[in-house]
Amino acid sequence: QEPQASGLPEYIKIVEVGPRDGLQNEKVIVPTDIKIELINRLSKTGLPVVEATSFVSAKWVPQVRKIISIQNSIDSQIIVHNFVSMAACIAAGATEISVFGAASESFSKMNINCSIDESIEKFEEVAKSARNMNIPVRGYVSCALGCPYEGNITPAKVAEVSKRLYSIGCYEISLGDTIGVGTPGSMKKMLEAVMKEIPLSALAVHCHDTYGQALANILTAIQMGVSVVDSSVSGLGGCPYAKGATGNVATEDVLYMLNGLGINTGVNLYAVMEAGNFICTALNKKTNSKVAQASFSIGTIK
Amino acid sequence: AAATYPKRVKVVEVGPRDGLQNEKNVVPTAVKINLINMLSETGLQVIEATSFVSPKWVPQMADHTEVMQGIRKVPGISYPVLTPNLKGFQAAVAAGAKEVSIFGAASELFTRKNINCSIEESLERFQEVMAAARTANIPVRGYVSCVLGCPYEGKISAAKVAEVSKKMYSMGCYEISLGDTIGVGTAGSMRDMLSAVMQEVPVGALAVHCHDTYGQALANILVALQMGVSVVDASVAGLGGCPYAQGASGNVATEDLVYMLNGLGIHTGVDLQKLMDTGTFICSALNRRTSSKVSQASCRL
Repeated sequence: QEPQASGLPEYIKIVEVGPRDGLQNEKVIVPTDIKIELINRLSKTGLPVVEATSFVSAKWVPQVRKIISIQNSIDSQIIVHNFVSMAACIAAGATEISVFGAASESFSKMNINCSIDESIEKFEEVAKSARNMNIPVRGYVSCALGCPYEGNITPAKVAEVSKRLYSIGCYEISLGDTIGVGTPGSMKKMLEAVMKEIPLSALAVHCHDTYGQALANILTAIQMGVSVVDSSVSGLGGCPYAKGATGNVATEDVLYMLNGLGINTGVNLYAVMEAGNFICTALNKKTNSKVAQASFSIGTIK
Repeated sequence: AAATYPKRVKVVEVGPRDGLQNEKNVVPTAVKINLINMLSETGLQVIEATSFVSPKWVPQMADHTEVMQGIRKVPGISYPVLTPNLKGFQAAVAAGAKEVSIFGAASELFTRKNINCSIEESLERFQEVMAAARTANIPVRGYVSCVLGCPYEGKISAAKVAEVSKKMYSMGCYEISLGDTIGVGTAGSMRDMLSAVMQEVPVGALAVHCHDTYGQALANILVALQMGVSVVDASVAGLGGCPYAQGASGNVATEDLVYMLNGLGIHTGVDLQKLMDTGTFICSALNRRTSSKVSQASCRL
C-alpha cells in the first residue's frame, strides 16, 4: 500500500453489488446454494457492505426465484420495490434495504412501470416503515449520466431526484451510470449539481464500465470527495441495453486503483479475486476483471 | 481543488507497430498498409508505422521497407518508425522515414533481457543514431519502458525514470514517451513518477504510453493530463497483448481514450467513428475481438 495521496478521502467504503446487480444481469441462472456460497466468501474479504438479493416479482427478474438467508456478520442490503416486497424482506431478516429511482421518466416507466413521482411516493411508504423498524434505506438514482431511451440527462434532474430520495429518509444516494456512457467530464458536472443538494458524505457512485470509463469516472468522483463506491466482483453483470457489452465495474480493479492511491478500504484484494474465481467457475465464464485476468495469467493466483 | 486539463491532446497511434508486433497472428503487408491508410483518414496526426529491427527478433515487422514505401503519406501526418541502432536508422531513412523512435528503459534487468546490455550501454548505442539523425535533420522520439514497474525487477524508482528520461532528452530526443510496459501502474504511482520526471524534462516534451493490463490505463492517463501532459499513446482496438502475461491485454485502446477526451471537451482532431471502423477492419483481418470497450458497446446498441 502506498502513502495516501493528499486531497483524496482516507477511507473509501466499497459497496459490493455482485450477488444482486451482478447475478441479476447474467444470462445463466445460479442455484441458491452458489449464491449463498458467494456471499459467504465475500463476507470474509473485509467488504463492509454486500448487496444480497432483490425482493421483486420473480416474473420480472427470474434470477430471484428464491429468498436466500441473510448473513448477520455483514450489512447485507436488499433491493425493495414496494411495500409488499418489503414485508417479505423484513420477514427474511434483512437489516438494510435499497430503493431504486431514476433520473429519467422513460427509464422509470420501462423499468418499474411508473413515473418518477409515483415511484418516489411508493418509496416514501417503504422508507416510513423502515424508519419505524430502525432499518436504514439506501436510495439509487439510475441513468445519472445518460439514459438508454432519453439519451442525455441533465445534472439538474439528477440533483432533483437525489434530493427527493434523500428527503424521504435515504441515508445514502448511489448515483448510477446505468449504461456506462459517462466520462470524467459528465461525472464532474453531475456531481457539482448534486453536491449542492446533498452532503458529500451521503453520496456514492455506481459506475458501469460499458465504455471503459468506470475507473476514470470513479477517480474523478473521489477527487471531488465522494467516499463510497459500488462495484461488482469479477465485474459480474452485463449491460441489458448493449448485448454482449460489459456492465458493472470490477471490484478487483477498483481495489487495485485505491490501493495504489494509498486509500484504505479494509478489503483484501486476493480474497476478492478468489471469490471472483469461484463465481466465474460456477457461471462457466471468464472474469471481467483485468486485475484478475492479469494475476491468473502470470500465476499470482492459481 | 478543481482539476484542469489541456485544451488539446496529441494522440500518438502505435497500433501498426507496437500493436501488431505483439499480436499472435501476423498480417500480410497489404493489410498493414491498408490499416495505416485508414488511420490516416481519422484525423490522427502521428501514426507509428513499423520497426526497422532484424526480422530474426521481430518477424511481424520483417516487411518494414515495403510498408514504409507502400503507405500513402498524407501531408501533415508523421509516420515515425522504430530504429534500435544505426543500421536500422540507415535502412529507415533509405525507405523514406522522416521521424524515428528509440527505446530506453528504466530497468537494468529489463534492458539486459531485452537487448542484452546495460542501460548505460544502450544509451551509448543510441548516441550513434542521435548523431546521424541530427545530421539528417530527423526528429527522434525517446521511449522509456518500465516507468511504473518491471516484469523482472518489480518496483522501479521514480528517480531512476527521471534520470533515464533526462539523459535521453539531453541526447536530443524531442519527446519522451513514458511507458507503463506491464500496466501495473496506478493513479498514485503515475503521479509520483511524473512529479519526479517533470523536474528534469519540461512537461511539453512528455508523453504517456499506458498499458491496460490491470484496467488502470484511462485513470492513469487522466492523472497525467491533470499534471499537464498533453501527448498520449494508444493503439486502435487495443491491439497488442502483454508478452509478460499470456492472454492479458496490453495497449490502451485509442477509441476508449478518444471517447474520454471527447467527454472532457479536449480537442484531438480524431473522428471516433472512422477510428472504430478502422478497428473493425484490423480485428477482422487478425480474426480477433476488439479490446476497445467503446467499440464493443457501440456495435451492440
